[in-house]
Amino acid sequence: MMYFDYKVAGGDFTGAGQASSQLKKVLKQLGVNPVIIKRAVIALYEAEVNIVAHARKGTIRIQVTADFVKMLLDDEGPGIKDISKAMEKGYSTASDKVRSMGFGAGMGLPNIELNADIFKITSTPGEGTHLEIIVQFK
Amino acid sequence: MDIKKLTLAQIVELLDGNVICNNSDLSGTVSYGFASDLLSDVLTLDRTDVLFLTGLCNTQTIRTAEMADINQIVFVRGKIVTPEMCQIARENNIVLIQSPMSMFRASGILYSTGLNPVY
Repeated sequence: MMYFDYKVAGGDFTGAGQASSQLKKVLKQLGVNPVIIKRAVIALYEAEVNIVAHARKGTIRIQVTADFVKMLLDDEGPGIKDISKAMEKGYSTASDKVRSMGFGAGMGLPNIELNADIFKITSTPGEGTHLEIIVQFK
Repeated sequence: MDIKKLTLAQIVELLDGNVICNNSDLSGTVSYGFASDLLSDVLTLDRTDVLFLTGLCNTQTIRTAEMADINQIVFVRGKIVTPEMCQIARENNIVLIQSPMSMFRASGILYSTGLNPVY
């Protein structure tokens, strides 16, 4: 069993993706099926970019076992008022800056759900958002 | 049916391109092309044997390719790649090619040469 912790700074589009990159290297070293690795890192990367795009700061905690990877993301930020609306493809509250970086098309949360075996999202408007993402190796 | 493949060397020649990162081996091949400035779209691709053409030039372009298992990117209209982008590309063995052509022209040439569309 392995644990990794990362801090994510809101607005840091240069550094975004470091946690996902590190996870990819670790899963490769463990010999996990490349198709499963891609699902895990895309789910995490989408979530990591969401913190950068929407929150002031956040943390990522990753647990890797022999059977699955579990990713917990907590951010401090505006939160999400209507989660079911946020899960709709094409719905986004992203700024023009975020859109100019190639994101903010309202595809991130649905793509996390698509790639995850278990995906839970809770949010408190004005405080922040919590994501739990699990991808199983078999 | 055999899927047509192009080598990276062929692609560089067709697009009047310049390899700006990882130019040691251009014998690798690719079967599919995908042109987009929307990284979210790239993150939904199932295929990995893809040449990614884009005018979007920032570190997240490279990170997106890394996560999507894409090993070759063409930056159209001569976009300038930063040393940081090159470093991430090197760490992940992603070949970066710069072309003076527009996305429309580059895509048209590759499509008519036989590179396959993802969709």
